[in-house]
Amino acid sequence: MNAPAYNFAYLDEQTKRMIRRAILKAIAIPGYQVPFASREMPMPYGWGTGGVQVTAAILGRDDVLKVIDQGSDDTTNAISIRKFFAKTAGVATTTSTADATVIQTRHRIPEAALHTGQVLVYQVPIPEPLRFLEPRETETRRMHALGEYGLMHVKLYEDIARFGHIATSYAYPVKVNARYVMDPSPTPKFDNPKMDNCAALQLFGAGREKRIYAIPPHTSVVSLDFEDHPFSRYRHDAPCALCGAGDSYLDEIVTDDKGSRMFVCSDTDYCEGRQAQGHRGSESAAPHKERAHG
Amino acid sequence: MAEREAQDNDQPLLMAENLGKSYGGLMACRDVSFALYPGEVLAVVGESGSGKSTLLQLLSAQLAPSAGRVSYRMRDGVMRDLAKLGEAERRFLFRTDWGYVHQDPAMGLRMAVSAGANVGERLMAVGWNHYGKIRDSASSWLERVEIDTDRIDDAPRTYSGGMRQRLQIARNLVTEPRLVFMDEPTGGLDVSVQARLLDLMRNLVSELGLAAIVVTHDLAVARLLSHRVMVMKGGYVIETGLTDQVLDDPHEPYTQLLVSSILPA
Repeated sequence: MNAPAYNFAYLDEQTKRMIRRAILKAIAIPGYQVPFASREMPMPYGWGTGGVQVTAAILGRDDVLKVIDQGSDDTTNAISIRKFFAKTAGVATTTSTADATVIQTRHRIPEAALHTGQVLVYQVPIPEPLRFLEPRETETRRMHALGEYGLMHVKLYEDIARFGHIATSYAYPVKVNARYVMDPSPTPKFDNPKMDNCAALQLFGAGREKRIYAIPPHTSVVSLDFEDHPFSRYRHDAPCALCGAGDSYLDEIVTDDKGSRMFVCSDTDYCEGRQAQGHRGSESAAPHKERAHG
Repeated sequence: MAEREAQDNDQPLLMAENLGKSYGGLMACRDVSFALYPGEVLAVVGESGSGKSTLLQLLSAQLAPSAGRVSYRMRDGVMRDLAKLGEAERRFLFRTDWGYVHQDPAMGLRMAVSAGANVGERLMAVGWNHYGKIRDSASSWLERVEIDTDRIDDAPRTYSGGMRQRLQIARNLVTEPRLVFMDEPTGGLDVSVQARLLDLMRNLVSELGLAAIVVTHDLAVARLLSHRVMVMKGGYVIETGLTDQVLDDPHEPYTQLLVSSILPA
């Protein structure tokens, strides 16, 4: 089944070597954006070219790969990247968070706690947290170098002035290892506390912007805030409609054009695991309902 | 304490020694020497192309001089050569102890964020981490520069030219700098707005005991704001002295020409 025309995991060995060097440097300087020579990948920018390159560079034959897209294992992006590596590297794939050794993710951190030895690879669209306030790359690099992060608080100030609270709900800026301010990719801020002191290695790849950064295991990650407006997580105030979970991050799903909606776990593996254990939500035991709609 | 302060005021805050800048063969500024004392306002006047703006950039360490040096007395009282400061120190100085008022407020403000955040940015940059306090400070500064505090959450791009310039001044003064550089602060404003702005600046400068270096081609600005005047031509300082003295009794032919070219009111 494996096409012999490809090198293991698609990229050639010299490219992987270059990316690994960038990864090593990124791990050595937590939160610092390391430039790398991003390659063209057989997918468009914005579909995870950065994450795919990082995954390709770290994947070994014994690895077990899981790919999630907004927490879900069964959306187009997740399925096609999983297939891509099954085909080009022949590695085992899984949807189970606990069984995976490498997890490539777009915009979520799995609900189940990650363990030592796992690597979480994030797909990052815009790695620079200061970008929307300071468009000059030369200037933002200088600000990182000198640790001038007053501007980051300007964004949070604007939120409070406009909405009365810190309304940034994803890509919420964090300070890594008490030094670099980092954009945790557009994960919901609900996931920010999971980054702190995480047992797994976290790698971030931005393909279009050609940057790699990292959080080594057990590194401090602090969400920025004000003394009088502390950081808070956000979660829809409802249990999951399928598994009844009251602690997971929820997606809002519109079910018809009359305003009906339901909330379900964004992490499909977590939700299915709970359902297998017998947990039930308000919508789970009613398959006949759909027939009635039809 | 008062004694210490009095002693400090006897020493120059900023000193330029034989300052020069050349762009290839072109000498934009040459052999400028002067000392600026705390609380003193110095105007630099001259026609366009006379080297005023280059001089201001040299003094504020945005340009490296080709010759000579600029030294500044830091808050700890030690005189330091600006060229020998590290970049981090220089940038810190620039956003705490110094202010820089641009001719075009769009250069000195963040046009897309609210007025409150514009004023608060310097405070956040020096580690203020309490929203309520930052906002209080921002609104009290808006009041001081006569901007309606109801407009604290509006972006400066919704402001008039005069308001933008006043906002820029508030943004610079919020960290209580000791020295403010102003590059044609009233340029591009209509006459009544200019008068109001000048009045405001004169009050702030005397209230806060600021030292200021004001670059202007407008002798009326120099007369209203400054204690001393330097007249520049072709990169040289051709005449210097007390403002009233220079403007009422100019010695150099060029200065005489400048003074006589003011339209009678």
